[in-house]
Amino acid sequence: MDKTVRNLAIGLVALIILAPLGLLAVGETFGEWGNEELEEKIGFVPSGLERLSSLWSAPMPDYALPGIGESMTAASAAYILSAVIGVVICAGLLYIIGKRIAKD
Amino acid sequence: MNFVKLGEIMHIPDGYLGPYTYIAMWIIMIPIWYYAGRKLSSELRSRQVPLLALAAAFSFVIMMFNVPIPGGSTGHAVGAAIVGIVLGPWAGVIAISVALVLQALMFGDGGITAIAANCFNMAVVMPFVGYYVYKILSGSTDITSSRRVIAAALAGYISLTIAAGITGFMFGIQPLLHRTAEGVPIYMPYSLNITVPAMLLEHLLGFAILEAIVTALIFAYIQKTDSTLLYGERSAQKMRMRKSSTA
Repeated sequence: MDKTVRNLAIGLVALIILAPLGLLAVGETFGEWGNEELEEKIGFVPSGLERLSSLWSAPMPDYALPGIGESMTAASAAYILSAVIGVVICAGLLYIIGKRIAKD
Repeated sequence: MNFVKLGEIMHIPDGYLGPYTYIAMWIIMIPIWYYAGRKLSSELRSRQVPLLALAAAFSFVIMMFNVPIPGGSTGHAVGAAIVGIVLGPWAGVIAISVALVLQALMFGDGGITAIAANCFNMAVVMPFVGYYVYKILSGSTDITSSRRVIAAALAGYISLTIAAGITGFMFGIQPLLHRTAEGVPIYMPYSLNITVPAMLLEHLLGFAILEAIVTALIFAYIQKTDSTLLYGERSAQKMRMRKSSTA
């Protein structure tokens, strides 16, 4: 592997480890637009918005693991796990497809 | 439960766009994905494959770095401009789309119905605007020129701001497109005069600066260590070598 690419990959690993820093910005203080908050803001929840918003249940909603508790440690662990899953699937998928279609 | 973070609205959730918009975006995106795939399979060099894999993974992770800006919103960089510059815009479409689809399906970040709209904004607009801003501002400067680092920074800044503006536009047309008989909005309730300035300002003053820094840093690193990795640079280098060997 090229040295530059290898170093960029090392940088990516560092980003994964630092990922929980991204959690600091999403404390309750910054507010979230749940359907309740929207009702507070504009007095109602638009009907289509309410219907579509429950269309899909993601296995790890908001990069969290349901049922492992609310502590910062648990949230950080789930966040790093999410980053690892994202990196493995994104990189793995494109590497396999890329190798198959690359011309030389 | 589906919570939407106030500033983290670059990823449009389900329910904010009505069917006219999200179906239109699927119809626009399917041929773009198809063409991008064809283009990638005819142009991709095996040396670039690790970089392509890394690009999608990097974009996935950088989007998890939420940063606060004054005013109480949080948001993130996308990393799509640098991917467009390094790998070319069509490869950027594929790499960023893979990251966005995974975010929607696995992590509920961005809606299922809105996958095409989100891919259009972040995986098409950003790598293309980024690539061409970089290209135009770089002009015919040498590949090692420091002007290219500035060009990359501006490419990051402008690409995210434009993508945010288009996202704001998509939100803002919803009350015009979908209302009940009584005039009550069915999807995104805020109109253009709120959504576009909100999205533009948050990005102009906040997240686009982050995108500019990320783009410039990675560009400068690749430029310094191995500029032959950059899109279009191998052919240029070959020509230079041919020229010097015939001279």
